[in-house]
Amino acid sequence: MEGVQLNLISKDRLDKMASMEKIRMILEEVKRGKIVVLESGLTPEEEAKLIELTMLEIDHDKFVGIEVESYPQKSRGFLGKIFGSSGGRLTVIGPANRLKTLQKSDEFIEALVSLGDR
Amino acid sequence: MSVIVKIKKKFSFLFKWFLKKDRMKIGIYGPPNAGKTTLANRILRDWTGDVMGSVSEVPHETRRARLREGVKIEVNGKSVMLDIVDTPGLATKIDFHEFMKFGLSEEEAKKRAKEATEGVIEAIKWLDDLDGVLMVMDATEDPYTQVNVTIVGNIEARNIPLLIVANKIDLPNASPARIKAAFPQHPVVPVSALKGMNIDTLYREIAEKFG
Ligand SMILES: Nc1nc2c(ncn2[C@@H]2O[C@H](COP(=O)(O)OP(=O)(O)OP(=O)(O)O)[C@@H](O)[C@H]2O)c(=O)[nH]1
Ligand SMILES: [Mg+2]
Repeated sequence: MEGVQLNLISKDRLDKMASMEKIRMILEEVKRGKIVVLESGLTPEEEAKLIELTMLEIDHDKFVGIEVESYPQKSRGFLGKIFGSSGGRLTVIGPANRLKTLQKSDEFIEALVSLGDR
Repeated sequence: MSVIVKIKKKFSFLFKWFLKKDRMKIGIYGPPNAGKTTLANRILRDWTGDVMGSVSEVPHETRRARLREGVKIEVNGKSVMLDIVDTPGLATKIDFHEFMKFGLSEEEAKKRAKEATEGVIEAIKWLDDLDGVLMVMDATEDPYTQVNVTIVGNIEARNIPLLIVANKIDLPNASPARIKAAFPQHPVVPVSALKGMNIDTLYREIAEKFG
């Protein structure tokens, strides 16, 4: 059967991984054309790191970058700033030539996954 | 991360409040084409008489960060001294074919794409060296993009002051209200960096927020 592979990664699994381990895993899968769904998402710092490493991987031929779908972090209060937990929200990451955002708001995301390369 | 660093980071917003600097390093951030350099040029022209850099309709025109030190902004007797960094537009993907649509040759487009990826990395690195951020968004575009969410999230995580600039309000389909709805926890100032619309309000907000 032809199709696009989806990897759904649980919060339990993500909680056991170090930041760099998560980011490496995501990039490796996405570079193979897969779509990665993270139950608990990434922290803003991890998102920035992911963008940084993505830039290093872009080869201007087969891999032109990633598309990321996630919801804005709920704003944290004073105590949240001090004791803040790192739990991000549901996040979908895929190769830019396969995953396309159609519509996005703070509580609803519509995206298109294509089979072709372009 | 060591516990000390972690604690320092958590409390940095308190430290910053006690140890207010007399000179603030302010980064101008946003996606490509939002009008960051146009805004930087407007600020420099109004307060120093020089310019920051070149502006273009082709995305990723700025591919190296530029720092202009000692920009003094005075509003109603209140003055702030700023070091301003114009950063390359942040993106999660860079496809050289996009540049060819603007008439660049394949070779030029590939070179621009390569430099653009380096620019994105440089912009992210600068985040750790800032005392405040002017985040520029194109008010004619959907604000709920991953780049916007990531930048705002990183500024919040670092507890540095943020002013969101809703740019291009001279265009008929601009909607600063949509940006306010997307980021209700931050002040949003609608301007046209190109035409200078509402720019005095921005200077007042800058003096308030970064002064
Ligand atoms: N109509 C209108 N156009 C604007 C405004 N500000 C900038 N532009 C145009 O938007 C395009 C991009 O402007 P830049 O200032 O180069 O944008 P930038 O954010 O620095 O882009 P990069 O350096 O590529 O990240 C140019 O064609 C500008 O003339 C504005 O307020 N109104
Ligand atoms: Mg620029």
